[in-house]
Amino acid sequence: MRFTDILEETYAALSTNKARSGLTILGIVIGISSVIVMLAIGQGAQSSIQSSIQSIGSNLIIVMPGAQRGPGTFVSAGRGSARTLTLDDANAIASQFSDVSAVAPEVSGRYQVTSKSLNTNTTVDGTVPSYTSVRNVTIDSGSFISDLNNSGAAKVAVIGPTARDDLFGTGVDPVGQIIRINKIEFKIIGLTKTKGGGGFGSQDDMIFIPLTTAQRYLSGNQYVTTISVAARDAKSTANVQQEITDLLLSRHHISDPTAADFNTLNQADIASAASSIAQIFTILLGSVAGISLVVGGIGIMNMMLTNVTERTKEIGLRKAIGAKGGDISLQFLIEAITLTFLGGLIGVILGWAVSFGITYFGLIQTKVALSSILLAFGVSAGIGIIFGYYPARRAAKLNPIVALRFE
Amino acid sequence: MIEVKNISKIYQTGDIELFALKNVSFKIEDGEFVAIMGPSGSGKSTLMHILGALDTPTSGTYWLDGKDVSTLSEDELAIIRRDKIGFVFQSFNLLPRATVLRNVMLPLVYEGVAREEREQRARESLQAAGLDEAHFGHLSNQLSGGQIQRVAIARALVNNPSLILADEPTGNLDTKTGEIVLGTFQKLNQEKGRTIILITHEHEVAEHAQRIIFIRDGGIVSDQKDHHQLIIQ
Repeated sequence: MRFTDILEETYAALSTNKARSGLTILGIVIGISSVIVMLAIGQGAQSSIQSSIQSIGSNLIIVMPGAQRGPGTFVSAGRGSARTLTLDDANAIASQFSDVSAVAPEVSGRYQVTSKSLNTNTTVDGTVPSYTSVRNVTIDSGSFISDLNNSGAAKVAVIGPTARDDLFGTGVDPVGQIIRINKIEFKIIGLTKTKGGGGFGSQDDMIFIPLTTAQRYLSGNQYVTTISVAARDAKSTANVQQEITDLLLSRHHISDPTAADFNTLNQADIASAASSIAQIFTILLGSVAGISLVVGGIGIMNMMLTNVTERTKEIGLRKAIGAKGGDISLQFLIEAITLTFLGGLIGVILGWAVSFGITYFGLIQTKVALSSILLAFGVSAGIGIIFGYYPARRAAKLNPIVALRFE
Repeated sequence: MIEVKNISKIYQTGDIELFALKNVSFKIEDGEFVAIMGPSGSGKSTLMHILGALDTPTSGTYWLDGKDVSTLSEDELAIIRRDKIGFVFQSFNLLPRATVLRNVMLPLVYEGVAREEREQRARESLQAAGLDEAHFGHLSNQLSGGQIQRVAIARALVNNPSLILADEPTGNLDTKTGEIVLGTFQKLNQEKGRTIILITHEHEVAEHAQRIIFIRDGGIVSDQKDHHQLIIQ
């Protein structure tokens, strides 16, 4: 039997009962498209988590004070409360390692901030010029804090767009305006560009001032609350993290690493933890959709079995005029595979369109990967073969004499 | 040429053995028109299944064109049916939603014949079976009973078989249409030299053949070329 003839027979058989073929295909369409959409949502979530972690900075290592431990029991003020890091620590990190590209010490706290007519409570971050390169901050208008501002402990501020909206209203250029932080007047010299969401506290709802100004007028001491370090590249971050730990332990005269009075956080660790969560999420969504695909496959088997029973007499005739068992089973198998293939094709297109729609209407970021399309196609062809095989065998095994007498 | 020697067919149900055929032997030469007659339950259907390579005998030998068909596997039997046998059934058995031409071409599909040749041979067969060319494109359920049976005869002819087996071909037709169909068989036998075996339980139908083999209870009762006498008896 020629392949083109098999296809012709398949077309004739499937078009005989268009409604039934259509509904069976629909089962596969729903299965395949939901697999694609679910995987697209999962992968989209994964990449948007990645990019929001990336927006915090590149190859970032964050050093924070730890809880101070003394002998015996004591009342802990919690992690990050200890005053252990100093500007000298930051300078030591910056000067000693070749793999460190920039270091930005920070003194941050939340303060009530007022403009002429409005007020807000936001994070005020005392820092240095290298902060922009460590944390990927770009300036929209005006300029960032300079070394001159720092050495003179100038009362100048750079404002984030969200804080600007709260204090002056949307779209207003705040450069040159005066704000009061903790009742001290600051002159605004710059506005930062929007960085978007950011998983760990908005980077847009912030006000930056010189580090020395923050220490003198706001915190009133010489300690820093965070040291952000940028490594030269992604490969060197783990190494740099270890070097910083060793350096600070020796600077703080601590011999037992478990008793360290500071913590270091590697951005790569955060990223991999977040992406493994997103991956589990994707697998979960995908397997729920996979169940509907299996249900669609059972629909195919059901239809093919009904077909074999309905067409018993036809099968008997075909065998009587010379069709071998293999010809019959091949015909039924190709029918099942055609159904799943068509369902798969429409499902991929529909799934793609729905994923695009979800992104277009701004619900969630989605990303249709080639691998998930190939997976969907592979699975649908597999389902055709698996669920088509049993009905096909049943058709092939029919005895022509019995089949011809069947009413 | 067909030769059947001592064939028996036994159906086993539990401990009971049922002899559908008992030691049947006969020869049919090429170009003969034979009727196999018998009441229902006589074993004529079983004999037809064996002659048509749909079934194999429990014992005995069946030679079709010098080839022993009685011990072949299912797929080998399918090839014999495809190449050497044409069936005409009482209930026609055409594909309902297919055109006349497609129905007649169907056996050639399994033979792997190319499309153009298939269509040409189907047209020739339909003309030989006496169907008007105007009906070739019609669906089979748009035709009358007599026309349908002629399509079935054309389908039986299309693979150029050694043997045409017709199982009660007029059973679902009125007497007048039945006469036309039987006339078609006679014409194919006399003008084209086709070997035809007609299975029937009606004397009037069997009369159209040159030779009548009469079976009862699984055995041959009479095998007569001069059948007009038999009917009178």
